Amino acid sequence: MRLAEYRYSTVRGIRSQLLFVGQVEAVRMGEVVQVIAPDGRELEGEVLAVHANDVLIQVFGECRGLDVQHTTVVFGDAIKQTPLSPTMLNRVFSGSMHPLDEKPMFVPERWWPAGGFPLNPTLRESPREFIETGISAIDGLATLVKGQKLPIFSCAGLPSQQMVADILKYARTPQGNFVVIFVALGLTHHEHAFYMRILEELDTHYVAIINLAGDSVLERLLAPRFGLTVAEYFAFQHGMDALAVVTDMTNYCDALREISSAREELPGRRGYPGYMYSDLALLFERAGRIKGRPGSVTMLPVVTMPEDDITHPIPDLTGYITEGQIVLSRELHQQGIYPPVDVLPSLSRLMQHGIGQGLTRKDHRQVANDLYRQYARGSDLRGLAAIVGREGMTGADRRILDFCEAFEKEFVHQQSGRRPILDSLDLGQELLARFGPP
Amino acid sequence: MKGTIIGITGPTVTVDLADLKLYDRLKVGHAGLQGEVVRLAGDHAVVQVYEETKGLGLGEPAQPLGVPLSARLGPGLMGQVYDGLQRPLPLMGETFGPFIRPGCDLPSLPEDKGWPFTPLKKVGDRVAVGEALGFVRENSFTHALFSQAGGVITAIAQGDMDLRRPVAELDDGRLLHAAQDWPIRTPRPFRRKLPPTSPLITGQRVIDFFFPLALGGTAIIPGGFGTGKTILEQTIAKHAAVDVVVYVGCGERGNEMAEMLEEFASLSDPWSGRPLAERTIMVANTSNMSVAAREASIYTAVTMAEYYRDMGCHVLLLADSISRWAEALREVSSALEEMPGEEGYPTYLASRLSGYFSRAGVVETLNGTTGSLSMILSVSPPGGDFSEPTTQACLRASGAFYMLDTALAHRRHFPAIHWGQSYSLYGEEVGRHCTEAVCRQWVELRKKSMTLLQKEEKLREVSEIVGAEGLQDEDHFLLHAADRIRSRFLCQNSFSEDAFSAPAQTAELIALLVRQYEQGAARLAQGEDLAVLLREMR
Repeated sequence: MRLAEYRYSTVRGIRSQLLFVGQVEAVRMGEVVQVIAPDGRELEGEVLAVHANDVLIQVFGECRGLDVQHTTVVFGDAIKQTPLSPTMLNRVFSGSMHPLDEKPMFVPERWWPAGGFPLNPTLRESPREFIETGISAIDGLATLVKGQKLPIFSCAGLPSQQMVADILKYARTPQGNFVVIFVALGLTHHEHAFYMRILEELDTHYVAIINLAGDSVLERLLAPRFGLTVAEYFAFQHGMDALAVVTDMTNYCDALREISSAREELPGRRGYPGYMYSDLALLFERAGRIKGRPGSVTMLPVVTMPEDDITHPIPDLTGYITEGQIVLSRELHQQGIYPPVDVLPSLSRLMQHGIGQGLTRKDHRQVANDLYRQYARGSDLRGLAAIVGREGMTGADRRILDFCEAFEKEFVHQQSGRRPILDSLDLGQELLARFGPP
Repeated sequence: MKGTIIGITGPTVTVDLADLKLYDRLKVGHAGLQGEVVRLAGDHAVVQVYEETKGLGLGEPAQPLGVPLSARLGPGLMGQVYDGLQRPLPLMGETFGPFIRPGCDLPSLPEDKGWPFTPLKKVGDRVAVGEALGFVRENSFTHALFSQAGGVITAIAQGDMDLRRPVAELDDGRLLHAAQDWPIRTPRPFRRKLPPTSPLITGQRVIDFFFPLALGGTAIIPGGFGTGKTILEQTIAKHAAVDVVVYVGCGERGNEMAEMLEEFASLSDPWSGRPLAERTIMVANTSNMSVAAREASIYTAVTMAEYYRDMGCHVLLLADSISRWAEALREVSSALEEMPGEEGYPTYLASRLSGYFSRAGVVETLNGTTGSLSMILSVSPPGGDFSEPTTQACLRASGAFYMLDTALAHRRHFPAIHWGQSYSLYGEEVGRHCTEAVCRQWVELRKKSMTLLQKEEKLREVSEIVGAEGLQDEDHFLLHAADRIRSRFLCQNSFSEDAFSAPAQTAELIALLVRQYEQGAARLAQGEDLAVLLREMR
């Protein structure tokens, strides 16, 4: 640990967001530096690589205006860390953890590294217990469980924004010790205004970290890391159930690609770096619970599938890491169904641990299976009905088709707001009964 | 000899040491991060560090250890959970807390644990390399200790011993220890390889009957996400008829690993009735743990597997998933700025993989017993596209191919092994063996039922064009029979009693289904009514 900070004016070159500094002594990997532009503007940066006395620095923020002669770099001998305190609750921060809500910065109680550390698999508590999102299609058929990571696969133009807002408003646990960590990446001003209004009205605890579309791309990579560190802090230090809602991971991955190509790294599929799987895993795997400790980190990232393509690298790699997925459908949206959740490809791999007696209701699994089976049969029949027409089908088949319609219009569709899980299950049972035994 | 760090780029560190050997281990930095020499260049060496390099400083020390990356082999492996560098995870958790921080390290085997040793040799006996000195009881397991040198024994332990003291001493003064370090990238020696002929019973009907795996054989399970690779691997790990299971969670989900650890602690081996953990070694290097350690994890695992094979055991190595290993290889390679091949993977991907697969096999061990090492590796092709390099390289090297089909998985048909596309090169030998040992009609039934399934596929295509009404009664009956094979025989619920099916049960069930079809088809040909027949079979 150095006692003083060191100033260097030996910038050798600048390329996009990378700064080359020469003749630097005793530098550390990942060290946070301050870059002072000729006009006095201050930027943050991080040490990326060191060779002999030459240092490569990644600058967070807009590099325009930097030069070789007058730019100063200050080495502070600190690693990027997240400031943490219980007073962070119900506040809004930027992608570099500066307050955005016109209140002064809080006094940090602790500093934790933003990147986190891998959780020892033998001390992981496997996810159990139920988190209610208030959305029937999720709670009923692809239940979210504490400690799980469950993404929403959306398409451009679908109301994922409204859905995120609803989840922010409605999500809760039966125990109540609950906090939502909202991380927004690459938000437009329009979206920003929308979410700010939602946050103001929120009656659960929250911490929001907002990176706007015009903000630094590097901050877009840092924001979810800060968000997850905050989630881990409230979960494992204060025993709360933290739900991290991150929107939109597609912006994150694009930022990753941009930085990777600025570093002249070898591109992989569609230009995304080859380490994208590991990088996403470092984020998503921070969801979890620890044996013998209260609290949990649950993640609900939103991924907008480019060209509605589920095999695109972003949803594909996400699907390989997460424990299931909620898939939104353009077709349902066009029919005016909201939220347009396509229950057939949607899946929660950990559902069986979060439902049943003592958690939701004893018959939850049975109801969910019956609804799924009936709806799957109906979807097959719809293909047939398109060819032979409704008249050409048997009465039993027609009843299944009617069930499908009602299921979408009454169960999946919910305009009137939050629906508690027991109401969702009652509704499901009623639908099954109305259209005959499965 | 001690050096200093002169450069750091991501996970690679340059140190100013000259006389190192390639792939030697080092500890770098004040924290003592573990690394491996990957490149030598005159006055400096490039080290691949297995842990997060953030916070590592220029000018910090580098300490060479003089040995390549090795696995520690000896009593105490069974039931353990390791990471890719063979660090004992449960003990790490007790000592350092729930998070794995860089620089944390503990011995792989409990050095002070006492083992009751029964010698097979006495003072004055001559012992050769690879000959058993004696054995210890590792839970229910007889763990033989082999001599790593030849000579005349001048002293040998008896009764309680631990890993710190030698087991025996030779006339030339050499000490023989119960535990040894073996470089993980070097296959352990054996006398000769034998052809794989007897079946490895997995308890999965579709595998054991249609696409059997031989003891000493290799199989791959490729499938997109959600097709049930992990569940299938875990189900096989629970039920396979082998002595030892080594399971590698290579770059996969932490919650899955946690669940599996929990489950294995409570379940028992269906063959011996002993707790399942007693025959299992786990290597858990989840996706958020070090990428370089992920690359090493499958080698750490295979070295431990070979160690038990050398005791004459049948060992099954399961890895989930080899694609994550290949991606780790790619990341390491690109950090070294090597010339990339197809899709950024290094050009040596295929040769590394085939080298890995060739460590499987049935062998005559150095002390004359027969042991086997079989492998079942899952593959996660990106976008479910099987033409990608890892799947293709695995296909060339493996003996059996269990293709998981997304459409089957969507229909909740599990295991979603596609019977039309999968294959096994061990079918013939294993079929002969099963015909003799299990059921006279084994091969014949296999042919009949496979034909039935193939006919069904053709008929379905036809019926899609002409409609179900265009089919003959006999076709309807065949469709019905094939459907019964699919739902009753091919499907197996991993979470029920049906998760395991013994070969005799498997044969009985398929014989029944085929017989019902044949008898029904004959009656249909004599003019009986289809509806009556279908009702009878219900």
